[in-house]
Amino acid sequence: MESGQIFNLVPWIVFLPLIGLAVNILLGRRLGETFSGVVASLASGLTFVVAVLLAAALASAPNARVVSPWEWISIGELTVRWAFRVDTLSVVMMLVVSLVGTLIHVYSIGYMHNDVRHNGDPGRYTRFFIFMNLFIAAMMILVSADNFLMMFVGWEGVGLCSYLLIGFWYEKGKNGTGNADAAKKAFITNRIGDFGLLIALFLIFGYFGSLQFDEVFSQAANVAAAHPGVMLLITLAMLLGVTGKSAQIPLFVWLPDAMAGPTPVSALIHAATMVTAGVYLVARSTAFYSVVPVAQTVVIWVGTLTALLAATIALGQYDIKKVLAYSTISQLGFMVAAVGMGAMVAGMFHLVTHAFFKGLLFLAAGSVIQGMERGMHGSHGSAETDPQDMRNMGGLRKKMPLTYWVYLIGGLALSGIAPLAGFFSKDEILGAAYNGHAAVFALLVITAFLTAFYMGRQLVMVFFGKPFTAAAEHASESPRVVTIPLIILALLSVLGGVLNLPGVHTLEHWLAHTLGEGEPAGFIWLVAGLSFFLALLGLGAAWFIYSRRVQKAEADDPLKKPLGALFTGMEHKWWVDEFYQALILNPYKAFAQFMADPVDLGVIDRVGGGLAAGTRTLAEGLRKLENGYVRSYALWMVVGLLAIMMYLFLS
Amino acid sequence: MFPVVYPIILAVILFSLGIVGVLLRKNAIVILMSLELMFNAANLVFITFANYYQNLDGQVFIIFVMVTAAAEVAVGLALIVDIFRSKKTISIDEMHSLKG
Repeated sequence: MESGQIFNLVPWIVFLPLIGLAVNILLGRRLGETFSGVVASLASGLTFVVAVLLAAALASAPNARVVSPWEWISIGELTVRWAFRVDTLSVVMMLVVSLVGTLIHVYSIGYMHNDVRHNGDPGRYTRFFIFMNLFIAAMMILVSADNFLMMFVGWEGVGLCSYLLIGFWYEKGKNGTGNADAAKKAFITNRIGDFGLLIALFLIFGYFGSLQFDEVFSQAANVAAAHPGVMLLITLAMLLGVTGKSAQIPLFVWLPDAMAGPTPVSALIHAATMVTAGVYLVARSTAFYSVVPVAQTVVIWVGTLTALLAATIALGQYDIKKVLAYSTISQLGFMVAAVGMGAMVAGMFHLVTHAFFKGLLFLAAGSVIQGMERGMHGSHGSAETDPQDMRNMGGLRKKMPLTYWVYLIGGLALSGIAPLAGFFSKDEILGAAYNGHAAVFALLVITAFLTAFYMGRQLVMVFFGKPFTAAAEHASESPRVVTIPLIILALLSVLGGVLNLPGVHTLEHWLAHTLGEGEPAGFIWLVAGLSFFLALLGLGAAWFIYSRRVQKAEADDPLKKPLGALFTGMEHKWWVDEFYQALILNPYKAFAQFMADPVDLGVIDRVGGGLAAGTRTLAEGLRKLENGYVRSYALWMVVGLLAIMMYLFLS
Repeated sequence: MFPVVYPIILAVILFSLGIVGVLLRKNAIVILMSLELMFNAANLVFITFANYYQNLDGQVFIIFVMVTAAAEVAVGLALIVDIFRSKKTISIDEMHSLKG
C-alpha cells in the first residue's frame, strides 16, 4: 500500500472500537466472558496497529494530512467537516491511547473476571468492555479531530464514558449511592469546564469565522492584535475546560472521587488518557497561547499550584488509589505548567511517560487490591477489612513478588529516579522552569521531592514490614492475564525515556513538524542532579519514617505527631470539598429550595390553581342555566330576540 | 284596499300568541300548534308585503315555509308519539333529563 493510501485508514481508529462494541452488544452476553474480553481487546489492539501504520507513514512524510470523509454540518457560514487530522502530535496521542488502552483491556479480562464476582453481578462483565471500547472510540475522535467541534464531540464522549464507568457499580458505595454520587460529581464538574470550552468555541467561531484548526491558528496573531481582550477570553475560557477535564485547580475535586470506578478505569481514563486531554488541547492550541502572555502565566500558575497542592494531599491519604489519584492530579499539574511555559514537547513527553508509569501503578494497585480480596476470602473468619486501605497491607513484597517489582518500577519512574522514564520527562519540565520561571521552578522542585516521598511512603506501607491484617497475610499473586500487561507497562516505564533522550530529542524533532521548530531544551546538569538527589532523599526519608512505624493496622500516621495540624489538613484534603460545599453547593441548594418552595409552589402553582378554581366557579354558575326544561330555553331565546330587537331599534 | 298596517297588526297578535303558547303551555302538541301559529304570522307578513309591492317573491317564500312546517310537524309528531310510548305523558316539563 502506498503511504498516501495509508492515511485513508485513519477513520478505522474510530470504527474498529465501534465495531468491537457493536459485536459485544449483539453477541457478548451470549458468548461469554472470554469472548467479550477478547473482542474488545482485539478492537483496541487493531486500533493500535492502525496508529502504528499511520506513524510509520508519517515518519517518511511528516507534514499533516487531513482525511475528510464527510461533510458534517453546513449551516450558513458554518461549515464543519467530519475530518480526521493525522499529524505528528495527534499520532503520538493515538499511539499512547491505543497502546495503553489495549494493555488495560487485556488486563481487564482477568481483573473484571474477579471484580464482577467480588461485587456479585457477573452479568455486568460484557457491559464493562462495551463502555471501554466506547471510550477508546471517543478518545480517538478527540485526538484525531481536525476542528474544534469534532474535538468537542470526543471531549464530551470521553466525559460520558468516564461517568458511565465511575458509576459502573452504581448501587454500591457509601449509603448505596456513593459510586453514583461520585459519577455525578465527575460529570457535573466536567460540565462546568465544558461550559468554558463551549464559550471559547463560540468566540472562536465568532471572531475567526471557522472552527478548522489550520484556518483558526493561522489567524491567531491577527486576531490577537485586533482584539486582545477576546483572545484573552478565549484562552482563559479554554483553560476552564482544561481545568475540568485535566483535574486542575479549581475543578480537580472530581478525580479523587472518580476512583469509585473499577481500577482499570482509573488507570485508562483517570490517569493515562482522558485526563491528559486538557494538556493535548493546550498543546494543540499553541498558536493561541503563544500570543497571549497573560494566559500563559495563568496556565503556568494553575498547573504549578495544582501540582503542589495535590502532592501535599497525596501525603495524607491512606487509600492506595486515592494516593495515586492525587499523584495524577499533581503530575497533570506538571504537564499543564509545562505547556503553559511553552515547553509543549516537555509536556507531551511527560504525558506519554506518565501514561506508561501511572497506568502501570494503577493496574498494579488493582492487582494489590485483588490480592487483598483473595486474602480476605482465604482467611476464613477474619473481620471485613478494607482491601484498599494501605494501613491494612504491609509485607506484600513476599506474597505478590511480581506485582511488587512492577510497582517498584512504576514508583521509581514516578519519583524521577534515573534512568527510568519519569526522570527524563520531569527533568525537561524542571529545566524549562529553570530557564526563566524561578518561583515556578522552586515550587515544582518541592513537588518533585514530595512526589518521591509519598511514593516511598506508599511502597513501604504496602510492600514492606510485616502483614498487618489477615487479608494481607493471605494475599496471593494475580493470574498471568493480569501480570503480563503489567510487565509490558513496566518495560515501557523503564524505556520510555528513550523517546526524548537529552541530546537526541527524538520526540522534539517528531513534534516539531506540528508544533513548530523550537530550541531543544539543553540538559542542565544542575537541575537533573538536584531532582535526582531530591528523589533519592524523598524515597530515603519515606523509608526512614515509615519502615519503623507502629506495626498495627489503622495506626496513626507517623507524620501526624510532628506535623500536627498540617498533616490533618493533608488528611482532609485541605477541606476543599467542604469549602465548595459551603461556598457554592449550599447557597445553590438554598436557592433551588427558594425557587421550588416560595416561587414555584407559592406563585406559579397558585396562579395556575387560581385559574382552574375560577373556571370551576364560573362553570358552577353557568350550569344552573342548563336546567333541562325546554320552555326555559325557549324563554331565553325570546329574551335574546327581544334584546337584539331593542338594540336594532335603539341604534 | 285596506291599509297595509291591519294585516301586520294581526300578524303581531298571532305571533305573540304563538310565543306565549310556547312559553306557557306544557302539552307538547299545543306547543307544536303554537309554533305553527308563529309560522303563519310570518307567512301573513310575507304575503301582505308581496301584495303591497306587487312582487311574487313573498308568495314563493311562503310555499317553502309551509313545506318546511309540514315536515317539521311530521317529525315533531313522530317524536311526541315515541315520547308518549316511553313516558306515558306528553308534558314537556317531564322531559328534563338533559341538564347541566
